[in-house]
Amino acid sequence: MTRTPRAKRRSRVTVAEVVLYAFAVLFLIAIIYPIYFIVIASFSDPSSVANGQVWVFPKGFTLEGYKELLRHENIWIGYRNTILYTVVGTLIGLVVNISAAYALSRKDLVGRKFFSLFFIFTMFFSGGLIPTFLTIRDFHLYNTFLVMVLPFSVVVFDMIVARTFFQTSIPGDLWEAAQIDGCGNLRYFVLIVLPLSKAIIAVLGLWIAVGYWNSYFNALIYLKDPNLYPLQLILRNILITNQMQSGMGTGEAAQVALRLANLMRYSVIIIATIPIMCVYPFIQKYFNQGVMIGAVKE
Amino acid sequence: MRTNALYIGRTLERIRRNWGLYVLLFPAVVLTLLFAYKPMYGVLIAFKDYSPAMGIGDSPWAGFKYFEKFFHSYQFTNTIRNTLVISLYSLATFPIPIMLALLVNQMRAGRFKRFFQTVSYMPHFISTVVMVGLMLILFSPSTGLVGNMYQLFGAQAPDLMGSSALFSSVYVWSDVWQHVGWDSIIYIAALSAVDPSLYEAATVDGASRWHKVRYIDIPMLLPTAITLLILRVGGLLGVGFEKVYLMQNDLNILSSEILSTYVYKIGLLSSQYSFSSAINLFNTVINFILLILVNQLSKKYSENSLW
Repeated sequence: MTRTPRAKRRSRVTVAEVVLYAFAVLFLIAIIYPIYFIVIASFSDPSSVANGQVWVFPKGFTLEGYKELLRHENIWIGYRNTILYTVVGTLIGLVVNISAAYALSRKDLVGRKFFSLFFIFTMFFSGGLIPTFLTIRDFHLYNTFLVMVLPFSVVVFDMIVARTFFQTSIPGDLWEAAQIDGCGNLRYFVLIVLPLSKAIIAVLGLWIAVGYWNSYFNALIYLKDPNLYPLQLILRNILITNQMQSGMGTGEAAQVALRLANLMRYSVIIIATIPIMCVYPFIQKYFNQGVMIGAVKE
Repeated sequence: MRTNALYIGRTLERIRRNWGLYVLLFPAVVLTLLFAYKPMYGVLIAFKDYSPAMGIGDSPWAGFKYFEKFFHSYQFTNTIRNTLVISLYSLATFPIPIMLALLVNQMRAGRFKRFFQTVSYMPHFISTVVMVGLMLILFSPSTGLVGNMYQLFGAQAPDLMGSSALFSSVYVWSDVWQHVGWDSIIYIAALSAVDPSLYEAATVDGASRWHKVRYIDIPMLLPTAITLLILRVGGLLGVGFEKVYLMQNDLNILSSEILSTYVYKIGLLSSQYSFSSAINLFNTVINFILLILVNQLSKKYSENSLW
């Protein structure tokens, strides 16, 4: 063979390939354009946006939307709370899920099958909204910081993914060797297993963190005090609840206020999403890895 | 007798030797008992006239009163129909991530492929609140992007967010937009595990690109697809509360009231704890039965199952 297969493939662009890439480009536009539009709209004069003059570049460049946000105190309280919930919640989630997953991955754990079932059952059957609510209230967790980071920190799906990782990537011989050297389970877990498991810790940490950053359901149900509200709940008030009422006013002043409110909506979407979008390209390869680990069946 | 004692002794010895593992397991077990199993006991209030003053144990029994109340209420057919419409519609979009994965798999490795994947997952990271907020402003017939596009052609845009008839379509397709890239990852991973010699052998046998997709790629994806499908069917009546609740408004309520939003309103907004729990339990039990049923069917016909 004189030509490598790669060169051979290169040399032939088939109709199928043209269709394939054309479709892929259309798909890309469908995903990117709405996001891009939000970005340029947040920097544009709200009237131009409303009149359909903003398509590719911002028109009537303005930072009014962002200035309006700076005045909105609740957003910054929400930001602070979300960061706190995300950091503390992710730490708790990692400790709880990773350590349980490791224990479950060990074949010499007596009662392994029982504990697995014990966790998996909760994936498919739950007490439901009201009984859970009553439980949280009985424990005096309603409207506390703790309710946002503790009760729902066990995520069985994550645990299964981590367990699979431990089963496939940590050789059992390692434990036998450590045992001969007189190393106990806990020391072995902290000093040997954890340093070998950076990939899975990164994946789970990021899954959990994204979950906390984006969640609003628990806050909606278990929080009453606006000073504890996470960003998403504040966003809901700005983006969704206010939307219903904003159509009411008709006067000149109301029109201006409405435009400004609309502009702020574009900006608030940007500032709420940017932190996640910023980290995401760096962690993307870990995400892929994580899903692949999860795809491996027992 | 003696062998029994010996067996128990050995087991205890094994537990004692690995006590550290139980320490690691402990936090997750305690949290699960407190926040997952304890509420399961609370399911009892669906069968009681629950009064907060008396607690779950002492409240008087009500039998199936609240279930009957739900079956006879005008919301029964409505919420079930809406829940089914939305979930079956979502289920119908199940093959789309598979198609996307097949498409990506056909691309030559390189910068474009990486870029394509990076972009396709991006919307997955947008929160539900922001997603619905985004839809509200983009779909606004008067000031939004969609409204402006219609205006370009001199047409009047439909009110996508305020339409009962369009609710399920808007819900399902915005979900596809947001998650199709992410959902395809698992299939892309499965495809990357295909042995290249299969393709080589197929090429030697004169297989076209399409033949390879049809006879190698698709069969390779089937086990993963079936497992995910079983899980989806098991949650058929469990359509997400979050997005539907945020998308709800007075204009679309007729087709947007689903079981979970109804449970929330009855339970937390109007404090009818027992009634709400009964509806919730009805929902959970049906899901559970569906899951077991589909799993059995799949076990019988395809050798794929969850347990």
